[in-house]
Amino acid sequence: MSVTDLDRPPAPTVDAEEARRARARRIEKTARWLLPLLVMALMIWVWDRIVVWNEIPHFILPSPARVWGSLTGDWAILWDSALLTGRITLMALAIAVVGGAGLAILFNQNRMVELSLYPYAVILQVTPVVAIAPLIFIYVESKTVGMLLCAWLVAFFPVLSSTTLGLNSVDHNLRDLFRIYGATRWQRLWMLQLPSALPYFLGGLKIAGGLSLIGAVVAELVAGTGGVGTGLAFRIQEAGYRLNIARMFAALAIVAAMGVFIFAALSLLSHMLLRKWHESAIKREH
Amino acid sequence: MAQIAPFDARAELMRVNAVDKVFPGDVQALRAMSLTVREGDFISLLGPSGCGKSTALRLIAGLSEPTAGRIEWAKDRAQGDLGVVFQEPTLMPWATVAQNVFLPFRLEGKTCGAVKDDILEALKLVGLDKFQNAYPRELSGGMKMRVSIARAMVTQPKLILMDEPFAALDEITRFKLNNDLLDMQARIGCTVIFVTHSVFESVFLSDRIVVMAARPGRVIEELHVDEPYPRGEMFRTSPEYVAHCRAASQALEHAMEAAA
Repeated sequence: MSVTDLDRPPAPTVDAEEARRARARRIEKTARWLLPLLVMALMIWVWDRIVVWNEIPHFILPSPARVWGSLTGDWAILWDSALLTGRITLMALAIAVVGGAGLAILFNQNRMVELSLYPYAVILQVTPVVAIAPLIFIYVESKTVGMLLCAWLVAFFPVLSSTTLGLNSVDHNLRDLFRIYGATRWQRLWMLQLPSALPYFLGGLKIAGGLSLIGAVVAELVAGTGGVGTGLAFRIQEAGYRLNIARMFAALAIVAAMGVFIFAALSLLSHMLLRKWHESAIKREH
Repeated sequence: MAQIAPFDARAELMRVNAVDKVFPGDVQALRAMSLTVREGDFISLLGPSGCGKSTALRLIAGLSEPTAGRIEWAKDRAQGDLGVVFQEPTLMPWATVAQNVFLPFRLEGKTCGAVKDDILEALKLVGLDKFQNAYPRELSGGMKMRVSIARAMVTQPKLILMDEPFAALDEITRFKLNNDLLDMQARIGCTVIFVTHSVFESVFLSDRIVVMAARPGRVIEELHVDEPYPRGEMFRTSPEYVAHCRAASQALEHAMEAAA
């Protein structure tokens, strides 16, 4: 510290601008969860008022309270169904990850295989699963296997395409460096391409998580119950036939919650894996 | 500490023998380039962009094959005999500093425990031994470049190729790294081929400057900077330095005229 500095009072550790910024950050942090909750409360209130003021019968539009009643009253049934749908979804996601990433690695290692098979991967992806599902259940004996197949069909492609992109997005200088040091093809894949592809893979995984739930729901709607118990989608359909609209809403809410849960879990996983090094996970100071 | 032999007594390390490189579309990147590299040399390839200096480096590194002519090594080259530093630090962002420096050994199949001391030694050489466990994104541009240099030097290579390594850094950092680079070269006694477009950098660092011209890329002139090492700030302000810079600038001007 020089002599002239001694005459001045020490600078405050937090100046006005910094304080303002910190306050804005705090407000945003609260608003992030408070605002969506307020919107939900408002929507439920409006919904309730519409039902009450217009005296809409519950078999057309049940009030929020009635839906809540169904959610708690039918919890045992709905929970069992949710477990079944959840299990199919997670299994399909697992197969989609293994199959999608595995195919991506295979394609990356062998160009001829990629040229031969990639068009068919695209065809499988662009054909709506609803249209394929009835056929699948004609030829596949087991309902579980059929449902897994449906869910896998929709979920594997984002994993495949984003992992393929990632495996090809290696820094070209690093690739040269590996060549100079005489890396084998296996070393290059394991130490260079797979880590480079990880952020892309995780992006595809987040999409695949939501899609595997969609696939599972569609498969259930097509498959019906026969033998494997009843999932949430079937509960929705069944409640619809019985004009039990409240239970339809309750089951729908659970499906939505499952989707949100899967997305949040995968986002967390992605954050944990990338937070140390990837740009997407870095918090900027200013 | 390895001693660098006096210039005339140095053994030949490798030779670029009348090499042509033609890229598709009849682009002549290099024409009849010849260069003899001796152990302990510090050679700069100096020239405008498009003069084929990076192409020459890629050919020497074995990343690409000459269209005509040969790259000849005096002895058989082993995996760790060559180190490379690119213009960007080119670190693996998912790996720590120590893991990045470990890479050349890892690719040779060595375990981390066996070469722990070498890694630490290389990091000490570049002054980053306290940052072993940091990730590249936590480091400044100059520090990342130091890690890159440590990685190139960790195997004690015979030859280090550097492709405009300091071009993206600010001048203060560049001067510091220039000083440190000479220091490191003297300590591990390696040979360096250094691509640059800076006259000042090339004069300060090298004992030979190969001036190149563009379209087609070729060698115009070879200058000798017969000034003793170690060189430091004193050299940078000496009249000899200025004279060499003038000579190199003139040679570079000739190269530009030859291309035009």
